[in-house]
Amino acid sequence: MSKENSGSGQKAVTTDEFIKGLWRDNPVFVQVLGMCPVLAVSNTAENALAMGLATAFVLLMSNILVSLLRNFVPKQVRIASYILIIATFVTVTDYAIQAISVELYKSLGAFISLIVVNCLILSRAEAFASKNTLWKSILDALGMGVGFTFALFCLGAVREILGNGSIFNLPIFPEGFQNWIVMILPAGGFFTLAAWLLIINVIQTRKVKT
Amino acid sequence: MSKAATIAMQKPSSSMKMLRAMLVIGIISALLIVLAFELTLPRVQRLKAEALEKAIFTVLPGTVRTQAFGINADGALIEIENDDTPELTCYAGYDKNEKLVGYAVEAAGQGYADIIRILYGYDPNAQVLIGFQVLESKETPGLGDKIEKEQRFLDNFIALDVSLGDDGKIRNKVITVKQGEKQHPWEIDGITGATITSRAIGNIIGTSTTEVVPMLFENYKKADSTPNQKTLENNE
Repeated sequence: MSKENSGSGQKAVTTDEFIKGLWRDNPVFVQVLGMCPVLAVSNTAENALAMGLATAFVLLMSNILVSLLRNFVPKQVRIASYILIIATFVTVTDYAIQAISVELYKSLGAFISLIVVNCLILSRAEAFASKNTLWKSILDALGMGVGFTFALFCLGAVREILGNGSIFNLPIFPEGFQNWIVMILPAGGFFTLAAWLLIINVIQTRKVKT
Repeated sequence: MSKAATIAMQKPSSSMKMLRAMLVIGIISALLIVLAFELTLPRVQRLKAEALEKAIFTVLPGTVRTQAFGINADGALIEIENDDTPELTCYAGYDKNEKLVGYAVEAAGQGYADIIRILYGYDPNAQVLIGFQVLESKETPGLGDKIEKEQRFLDNFIALDVSLGDDGKIRNKVITVKQGEKQHPWEIDGITGATITSRAIGNIIGTSTTEVVPMLFENYKKADSTPNQKTLENNE
Protein backbone atom coordinates (compact mmCIF):
# COMPACT_ATOMS: atom_id res chain seq x y z
CA MET A 1 0.00 0.00 0.00
CA SER A 2 2.80 2.39 0.78
CA LYS A 3 5.27 1.23 -1.80
CA GLU A 4 4.52 4.15 -4.10
CA ASN A 5 5.17 6.72 -1.44
CA SER A 6 8.93 6.58 -1.52
CA GLY A 7 8.78 9.65 -3.74
CA SER A 8 8.27 12.04 -0.87
CA GLY A 9 11.82 13.28 -1.29
CA GLN A 10 11.34 14.15 -4.94
CA LYS A 11 10.33 17.69 -5.60
CA ALA A 12 9.12 17.35 -9.19
CA VAL A 13 5.38 17.11 -9.74
CA THR A 14 4.74 14.57 -12.47
CA THR A 15 1.65 13.35 -14.26
CA ASP A 16 2.51 9.93 -12.82
CA GLU A 17 0.89 11.02 -9.54
CA PHE A 18 -2.36 11.29 -11.47
CA ILE A 19 -2.03 8.30 -13.76
CA LYS A 20 -1.02 5.75 -11.11
CA GLY A 21 -4.48 5.91 -9.51
CA LEU A 22 -6.20 5.10 -12.78
CA TRP A 23 -4.58 1.76 -13.47
CA ARG A 24 -1.31 0.68 -11.83
CA ASP A 25 -2.47 1.44 -8.28
CA ASN A 26 -6.20 1.51 -8.91
CA PRO A 27 -7.79 1.83 -5.44
CA VAL A 28 -10.36 -0.88 -6.04
CA PHE A 29 -8.80 -3.35 -8.48
CA VAL A 30 -5.22 -3.22 -7.20
CA GLN A 31 -5.18 -1.83 -3.66
CA VAL A 32 -8.61 -3.35 -2.84
CA LEU A 33 -9.51 -0.41 -0.61
CA GLY A 34 -12.88 0.98 0.36
CA MET A 35 -14.76 -2.25 -0.22
CA CYS A 36 -17.84 -1.17 1.75
CA PRO A 37 -19.21 1.32 -0.82
CA VAL A 38 -17.79 -0.73 -3.69
CA LEU A 39 -19.94 -3.70 -2.75
CA ALA A 40 -22.92 -1.79 -1.39
CA VAL A 41 -23.56 1.00 -3.88
CA SER A 42 -22.53 -0.64 -7.14
CA ASN A 43 -25.89 -2.22 -7.92
CA THR A 44 -26.78 0.26 -10.64
CA ALA A 45 -24.53 2.28 -12.94
CA GLU A 46 -26.14 5.55 -11.87
CA ASN A 47 -25.64 4.96 -8.14
CA ALA A 48 -22.08 3.80 -8.70
CA LEU A 49 -21.21 6.92 -10.68
CA ALA A 50 -22.76 9.31 -8.15
CA MET A 51 -21.10 7.54 -5.22
CA GLY A 52 -17.73 7.57 -7.02
CA LEU A 53 -17.96 11.30 -7.68
CA ALA A 54 -18.99 12.11 -4.11
CA THR A 55 -16.10 10.04 -2.76
CA ALA A 56 -13.67 11.68 -5.20
CA PHE A 57 -14.77 15.12 -4.00
CA VAL A 58 -14.27 14.24 -0.33
CA LEU A 59 -10.92 12.66 -1.17
CA LEU A 60 -9.76 15.78 -3.00
CA MET A 61 -10.82 18.19 -0.26
CA SER A 62 -9.40 16.10 2.58
CA ASN A 63 -6.11 15.59 0.71
CA ILE A 64 -5.82 19.36 0.23
CA LEU A 65 -6.42 20.16 3.89
CA VAL A 66 -4.26 17.30 5.22
CA SER A 67 -1.43 18.34 2.93
CA LEU A 68 -1.69 21.99 4.00
CA LEU A 69 -1.68 21.06 7.69
CA ARG A 70 0.94 18.30 7.42
CA ASN A 71 3.65 20.18 9.34
CA PHE A 72 1.23 21.47 11.95
CA VAL A 73 -0.40 18.24 13.15
CA PRO A 74 1.69 16.22 15.68
CA LYS A 75 2.17 12.57 14.84
CA GLN A 76 0.24 11.28 17.85
CA VAL A 77 -3.07 12.87 16.89
CA ARG A 78 -2.82 12.60 13.12
CA ILE A 79 -5.42 9.84 12.67
CA ALA A 80 -7.92 11.66 14.89
CA SER A 81 -7.41 14.88 12.98
CA TYR A 82 -7.73 13.15 9.58
CA ILE A 83 -11.00 11.59 10.62
CA LEU A 84 -12.26 14.98 11.80
CA ILE A 85 -11.31 16.53 8.46
CA ILE A 86 -12.88 13.71 6.43
CA ALA A 87 -16.08 13.79 8.49
CA THR A 88 -16.33 17.53 7.94
CA PHE A 89 -16.18 17.25 4.17
CA VAL A 90 -18.61 14.34 4.15
CA THR A 91 -21.10 16.53 6.03
CA VAL A 92 -20.50 19.38 3.60
CA THR A 93 -21.06 16.99 0.67
CA ASP A 94 -24.24 15.76 2.29
CA TYR A 95 -25.65 19.30 2.47
CA ALA A 96 -24.44 20.09 -1.04
CA ILE A 97 -26.17 17.06 -2.53
CA GLN A 98 -29.39 17.94 -0.68
CA ALA A 99 -29.19 21.41 -2.23
CA ILE A 100 -28.41 20.13 -5.72
CA SER A 101 -31.31 17.74 -6.12
CA VAL A 102 -33.86 16.01 -3.94
CA GLU A 103 -33.93 13.09 -6.37
CA LEU A 104 -30.19 12.48 -6.14
CA TYR A 105 -30.26 12.81 -2.38
CA LYS A 106 -33.08 10.29 -2.22
CA SER A 107 -31.13 7.65 -4.11
CA LEU A 108 -27.81 8.21 -2.30
CA GLY A 109 -28.95 9.39 1.12
CA ALA A 110 -27.99 6.33 3.12
CA PHE A 111 -24.56 5.95 1.62
CA ILE A 112 -23.23 9.50 1.73
CA SER A 113 -22.52 9.35 5.45
CA LEU A 114 -20.70 6.06 4.92
CA ILE A 115 -17.96 7.86 2.99
CA VAL A 116 -16.51 8.74 6.41
CA VAL A 117 -15.47 5.14 6.94
CA ASN A 118 -14.14 4.63 3.43
CA CYS A 119 -10.57 3.58 4.16
CA LEU A 120 -9.44 4.75 0.73
CA ILE A 121 -9.71 8.36 1.89
CA LEU A 122 -7.99 7.76 5.22
CA SER A 123 -5.25 5.76 3.54
CA ARG A 124 -4.53 8.51 1.00
CA ALA A 125 -4.40 11.07 3.80
CA GLU A 126 -2.06 8.94 5.90
CA ALA A 127 0.09 7.43 3.15
CA PHE A 128 0.33 10.31 0.72
CA ALA A 129 -1.09 13.73 1.58
CA SER A 130 0.59 13.90 4.99
CA LYS A 131 4.01 13.46 3.37
CA ASN A 132 3.69 15.35 0.10
CA THR A 133 3.27 18.87 -1.23
CA LEU A 134 -0.12 20.39 -2.00
CA TRP A 135 0.08 19.97 -5.78
CA LYS A 136 1.20 16.38 -5.60
CA SER A 137 -1.62 15.61 -3.15
CA ILE A 138 -4.19 17.21 -5.43
CA LEU A 139 -3.00 15.16 -8.40
CA ASP A 140 -2.95 12.03 -6.28
CA ALA A 141 -6.51 12.66 -5.06
CA LEU A 142 -7.75 13.35 -8.59
CA GLY A 143 -6.12 10.19 -9.94
CA MET A 144 -7.38 7.99 -7.12
CA GLY A 145 -10.83 9.60 -7.27
CA VAL A 146 -11.19 9.00 -10.99
CA GLY A 147 -9.81 5.49 -10.62
CA PHE A 148 -12.30 4.75 -7.83
CA THR A 149 -15.21 6.15 -9.83
CA PHE A 150 -14.13 4.16 -12.89
CA ALA A 151 -13.90 0.92 -10.89
CA LEU A 152 -17.27 1.52 -9.25
CA PHE A 153 -18.81 2.19 -12.63
CA CYS A 154 -17.34 -1.07 -14.03
CA LEU A 155 -19.03 -3.01 -11.25
CA GLY A 156 -22.27 -1.04 -11.36
CA ALA A 157 -22.66 -1.40 -15.13
CA VAL A 158 -22.19 -5.18 -15.07
CA ARG A 159 -24.54 -5.63 -12.13
CA GLU A 160 -27.26 -3.44 -13.61
CA ILE A 161 -27.05 -5.05 -17.05
CA LEU A 162 -27.30 -8.60 -15.69
CA GLY A 163 -29.50 -7.95 -12.69
CA ASN A 164 -31.96 -5.46 -14.13
CA GLY A 165 -31.50 -5.87 -17.89
CA SER A 166 -30.80 -2.17 -18.29
CA ILE A 167 -28.08 0.46 -18.22
CA PHE A 168 -28.78 3.90 -16.71
CA ASN A 169 -32.41 2.71 -16.44
CA LEU A 170 -32.63 2.15 -20.20
CA PRO A 171 -33.67 -1.43 -20.99
CA ILE A 172 -31.21 -3.13 -23.36
CA PHE A 173 -32.43 -6.70 -23.54
CA PRO A 174 -35.46 -7.88 -25.52
CA GLU A 175 -38.62 -8.95 -23.72
CA GLY A 176 -38.29 -12.30 -21.99
CA PHE A 177 -34.81 -11.75 -20.61
CA GLN A 178 -34.73 -13.30 -17.18
CA ASN A 179 -33.03 -10.85 -14.78
CA TRP A 180 -30.37 -12.33 -12.55
CA ILE A 181 -31.79 -10.94 -9.32
CA VAL A 182 -28.73 -12.20 -7.44
CA MET A 183 -26.56 -9.62 -9.21
CA ILE A 184 -28.50 -6.77 -7.58
CA LEU A 185 -28.34 -8.46 -4.18
CA PRO A 186 -25.17 -8.13 -2.06
CA ALA A 187 -23.87 -11.52 -3.24
CA GLY A 188 -23.77 -10.18 -6.79
CA GLY A 189 -21.32 -7.51 -5.67
CA PHE A 190 -18.87 -10.18 -4.56
CA PHE A 191 -19.27 -12.17 -7.78
CA THR A 192 -18.74 -9.13 -9.98
CA LEU A 193 -15.79 -7.86 -7.96
CA ALA A 194 -14.16 -11.30 -8.09
CA ALA A 195 -14.68 -11.49 -11.85
CA TRP A 196 -13.13 -8.04 -12.41
CA LEU A 197 -10.18 -8.82 -10.12
CA LEU A 198 -9.61 -12.04 -12.06
CA ILE A 199 -9.62 -10.25 -15.41
CA ILE A 200 -7.33 -7.46 -14.22
CA ASN A 201 -4.92 -9.87 -12.58
CA VAL A 202 -4.71 -11.97 -15.76
CA ILE A 203 -3.95 -8.85 -17.80
CA GLN A 204 -1.32 -7.64 -15.37
CA THR A 205 0.42 -11.04 -15.08
CA ARG A 206 0.58 -11.32 -18.87
CA LYS A 207 2.15 -7.86 -19.03
CA VAL A 208 4.87 -8.90 -16.58
CA LYS A 209 5.63 -12.09 -18.55
CA THR A 210 6.07 -10.39 -21.90
CA MET B 1 2.34 1.94 26.95
CA SER B 2 5.93 2.51 28.04
CA LYS B 3 6.77 4.03 24.67
CA ALA B 4 3.98 6.55 25.02
CA ALA B 5 5.18 7.33 28.52
CA THR B 6 8.70 8.06 27.32
CA ILE B 7 7.41 10.33 24.56
CA ALA B 8 5.41 12.27 27.12
CA MET B 9 8.42 12.48 29.42
CA GLN B 10 10.74 13.70 26.70
CA LYS B 11 8.45 16.36 25.31
CA PRO B 12 6.47 18.07 28.01
CA SER B 13 5.14 20.63 25.54
CA SER B 14 3.92 18.08 22.99
CA SER B 15 0.53 17.61 24.61
CA MET B 16 -0.02 21.34 24.24
CA LYS B 17 0.84 20.97 20.57
CA MET B 18 -1.62 18.13 20.17
CA LEU B 19 -4.33 20.06 21.92
CA ARG B 20 -3.65 23.09 19.75
CA ALA B 21 -3.72 21.06 16.54
CA MET B 22 -7.00 19.37 17.40
CA LEU B 23 -8.54 22.64 18.50
CA VAL B 24 -7.59 24.44 15.29
CA ILE B 25 -8.85 21.59 13.10
CA GLY B 26 -12.02 21.42 15.18
CA ILE B 27 -12.65 25.12 14.68
CA ILE B 28 -12.00 24.89 10.93
CA SER B 29 -14.39 21.91 10.72
CA ALA B 30 -17.10 23.66 12.70
CA LEU B 31 -16.84 26.76 10.53
CA LEU B 32 -16.99 24.74 7.32
CA ILE B 33 -20.02 22.76 8.44
CA VAL B 34 -21.92 25.83 9.66
CA LEU B 35 -21.07 27.65 6.44
CA ALA B 36 -22.27 24.74 4.29
CA PHE B 37 -25.44 24.40 6.36
CA GLU B 38 -26.28 28.11 6.22
CA LEU B 39 -25.53 28.38 2.51
CA THR B 40 -27.63 25.39 1.52
CA LEU B 41 -30.51 25.81 3.99
CA PRO B 42 -32.74 28.19 1.97
CA ARG B 43 -32.34 26.11 -1.17
CA VAL B 44 -32.88 22.81 0.63
CA GLN B 45 -36.08 24.13 2.22
CA ARG B 46 -37.32 25.47 -1.10
CA LEU B 47 -36.59 22.17 -2.84
CA LYS B 48 -38.35 20.25 -0.07
CA ALA B 49 -41.42 22.48 -0.27
CA GLU B 50 -41.43 22.16 -4.05
CA ALA B 51 -41.13 18.38 -3.79
CA LEU B 52 -44.08 18.26 -1.37
CA GLU B 53 -46.18 20.49 -3.63
CA LYS B 54 -45.34 18.30 -6.61
CA ALA B 55 -46.14 15.18 -4.61
CA ILE B 56 -49.59 16.55 -3.73
CA PHE B 57 -50.35 17.16 -7.39
CA THR B 58 -49.22 13.60 -8.17
CA VAL B 59 -51.27 11.82 -5.50
CA LEU B 60 -54.38 13.89 -6.25
CA PRO B 61 -54.62 13.84 -10.06
CA GLY B 62 -56.40 16.85 -11.53
CA THR B 63 -55.59 19.18 -8.66
CA VAL B 64 -54.80 22.79 -9.50
CA ARG B 65 -54.98 24.38 -6.02
CA THR B 66 -54.02 23.02 -2.63
CA GLN B 67 -54.89 24.09 0.87
CA ALA B 68 -53.13 22.89 4.00
CA PHE B 69 -55.25 21.85 6.98
CA GLY B 70 -54.35 20.79 10.47
CA ILE B 71 -56.41 18.12 12.18
CA ASN B 72 -57.18 18.94 15.80
CA ALA B 73 -57.88 16.58 18.67
CA ASP B 74 -61.61 16.41 17.92
CA GLY B 75 -60.93 15.32 14.38
CA ALA B 76 -62.03 18.60 12.83
CA LEU B 77 -60.10 20.30 10.07
CA ILE B 78 -58.66 23.69 10.91
CA GLU B 79 -57.02 26.11 8.56
CA ILE B 80 -53.37 26.62 9.29
CA GLU B 81 -52.29 30.10 10.29
CA ASN B 82 -48.90 31.22 9.01
CA ASP B 83 -46.37 29.20 10.97
CA ASP B 84 -48.53 26.79 12.92
CA THR B 85 -47.32 23.21 12.85
CA PRO B 86 -50.14 20.98 14.03
CA GLU B 87 -49.47 17.36 14.85
CA LEU B 88 -51.25 16.10 11.81
CA THR B 89 -51.30 17.94 8.53
CA CYS B 90 -53.28 17.12 5.45
CA TYR B 91 -53.69 18.93 2.19
CA ALA B 92 -56.96 19.37 0.37
CA GLY B 93 -56.69 19.48 -3.39
CA TYR B 94 -59.22 21.28 -5.61
CA ASP B 95 -59.63 20.96 -9.36
CA LYS B 96 -60.17 23.82 -11.78
CA ASN B 97 -63.87 24.03 -10.91
CA GLU B 98 -62.95 24.44 -7.22
CA LYS B 99 -64.35 21.00 -6.58
CA LEU B 100 -62.62 18.85 -3.98
CA VAL B 101 -60.46 16.16 -5.60
CA GLY B 102 -59.40 14.63 -2.33
CA TYR B 103 -57.08 14.91 0.63
CA ALA B 104 -53.34 14.26 0.61
CA VAL B 105 -52.09 12.87 3.92
CA GLU B 106 -48.55 12.50 5.14
CA ALA B 107 -47.60 9.33 6.99
CA ALA B 108 -44.40 7.74 8.22
CA GLY B 109 -43.18 4.46 9.62
CA GLN B 110 -40.22 2.17 10.01
CA GLY B 111 -38.93 0.68 6.78
CA TYR B 112 -36.00 -1.64 6.22
CA ALA B 113 -33.24 0.94 6.63
CA ASP B 114 -34.83 3.95 8.26
CA ILE B 115 -38.11 5.79 8.66
CA ILE B 116 -40.01 6.03 5.38
CA ARG B 117 -42.13 9.15 4.85
CA ILE B 118 -44.92 8.91 2.33
CA LEU B 119 -47.86 10.91 1.03
CA TYR B 120 -51.09 9.30 -0.12
CA GLY B 121 -54.17 10.74 -1.76
CA TYR B 122 -57.64 9.92 -0.43
CA ASP B 123 -60.79 10.43 -2.43
CA PRO B 124 -63.67 10.64 0.09
CA ASN B 125 -66.28 10.47 -2.65
CA ALA B 126 -65.25 7.05 -3.95
CA GLN B 127 -63.71 6.08 -0.57
CA VAL B 128 -60.49 4.90 -2.15
CA LEU B 129 -56.85 5.91 -2.17
CA ILE B 130 -56.02 7.40 -5.53
CA GLY B 131 -52.32 8.13 -5.28
CA PHE B 132 -49.11 7.36 -3.47
CA GLN B 133 -45.68 8.89 -3.39
CA VAL B 134 -42.57 8.40 -1.29
CA LEU B 135 -41.34 11.65 0.24
CA GLU B 136 -38.27 10.35 2.00
CA SER B 137 -36.70 6.93 2.22
CA LYS B 138 -33.30 5.42 2.71
CA GLU B 139 -34.24 2.01 1.39
CA THR B 140 -31.62 -0.04 -0.43
CA PRO B 141 -31.07 1.39 -3.91
CA GLY B 142 -32.03 -1.16 -6.53
CA LEU B 143 -34.26 -3.16 -4.18
CA GLY B 144 -36.25 -1.25 -1.59
CA ASP B 145 -36.46 1.86 -3.73
CA LYS B 146 -38.62 -0.09 -6.17
CA ILE B 147 -41.56 1.17 -4.10
CA GLU B 148 -41.05 4.54 -5.78
CA LYS B 149 -40.09 3.34 -9.25
CA GLU B 150 -41.88 0.14 -10.13
CA GLN B 151 -45.06 0.89 -12.04
CA ARG B 152 -46.62 -2.44 -11.12
CA PHE B 153 -46.35 -1.52 -7.43
CA LEU B 154 -47.56 2.05 -7.93
CA ASP B 155 -50.60 0.71 -9.83
CA ASN B 156 -51.81 -0.62 -6.45
CA PHE B 157 -52.76 2.91 -5.56
CA ILE B 158 -55.05 3.78 -8.46
CA ALA B 159 -58.06 2.68 -6.41
CA LEU B 160 -57.10 1.07 -3.12
CA ASP B 161 -60.20 0.35 -1.08
CA VAL B 162 -60.45 2.13 2.29
CA SER B 163 -64.25 2.26 2.52
CA LEU B 164 -65.84 2.77 5.94
CA GLY B 165 -68.26 0.38 7.56
CA ASP B 166 -71.49 1.38 9.30
CA ASP B 167 -69.62 1.86 12.58
CA GLY B 168 -67.52 4.62 11.02
CA LYS B 169 -64.39 2.52 11.00
CA ILE B 170 -62.44 1.17 8.08
CA ARG B 171 -63.98 -2.05 6.90
CA ASN B 172 -60.77 -3.74 5.78
CA LYS B 173 -57.38 -2.51 6.88
CA VAL B 174 -54.92 -2.06 4.05
CA ILE B 175 -52.32 -4.83 3.98
CA THR B 176 -49.46 -5.95 1.74
CA VAL B 177 -49.60 -9.45 0.28
CA LYS B 178 -46.99 -11.48 -1.62
CA GLN B 179 -46.35 -10.48 -5.21
CA GLY B 180 -49.04 -11.85 -7.47
CA GLU B 181 -51.40 -12.85 -4.67
CA LYS B 182 -53.58 -9.76 -4.56
CA GLN B 183 -57.22 -10.81 -4.45
CA HIS B 184 -59.10 -8.02 -2.71
CA PRO B 185 -59.27 -4.32 -3.53
CA TRP B 186 -57.74 -3.38 -0.14
CA GLU B 187 -54.62 -5.49 -0.63
CA ILE B 188 -51.32 -4.15 -1.89
CA ASP B 189 -49.45 -6.39 -4.33
CA GLY B 190 -45.94 -6.65 -2.80
CA ILE B 191 -42.52 -6.79 -4.42
CA THR B 192 -40.33 -9.90 -4.47
CA GLY B 193 -36.87 -8.89 -3.26
CA ALA B 194 -38.23 -5.95 -1.30
CA THR B 195 -40.53 -7.82 1.04
CA ILE B 196 -39.82 -5.80 4.16
CA THR B 197 -40.08 -2.44 2.42
CA SER B 198 -43.31 -3.23 0.60
CA ARG B 199 -44.80 -4.65 3.80
CA ALA B 200 -43.75 -1.49 5.63
CA ILE B 201 -45.70 0.57 3.11
CA GLY B 202 -48.76 -1.58 3.79
CA ASN B 203 -48.33 -1.05 7.52
CA ILE B 204 -47.81 2.70 7.25
CA ILE B 205 -50.87 3.15 5.06
CA GLY B 206 -52.93 0.69 7.11
CA THR B 207 -52.17 2.44 10.40
CA SER B 208 -52.54 5.93 9.06
CA THR B 209 -55.78 5.31 7.17
CA THR B 210 -57.51 3.66 10.14
CA GLU B 211 -56.80 6.82 12.10
CA VAL B 212 -57.18 9.61 9.56
CA VAL B 213 -59.67 8.41 6.95
CA PRO B 214 -62.71 8.30 9.32
CA MET B 215 -61.98 11.90 10.39
CA LEU B 216 -61.56 13.10 6.82
CA PHE B 217 -64.73 11.36 5.70
CA GLU B 218 -66.66 12.91 8.58
CA ASN B 219 -65.46 16.35 7.55
CA TYR B 220 -66.24 15.66 3.92
CA LYS B 221 -69.81 14.65 4.72
CA LYS B 222 -70.31 17.76 6.84
CA ALA B 223 -68.94 20.01 4.11
CA ASP B 224 -71.07 18.23 1.54
CA SER B 225 -74.35 18.52 3.43
CA THR B 226 -73.95 22.25 4.00
CA PRO B 227 -75.06 23.81 0.73
CA ASN B 228 -72.05 25.05 -1.13
CA GLN B 229 -72.68 27.62 -3.82
CA LYS B 230 -69.77 26.53 -5.94
CA THR B 231 -70.54 22.82 -5.88
CA LEU B 232 -74.14 23.48 -6.76
CA GLU B 233 -73.12 25.49 -9.76
CA ASN B 234 -70.95 22.66 -10.98
CA ASN B 235 -73.73 20.15 -10.66
CA GLU B 236 -76.10 22.07 -12.85
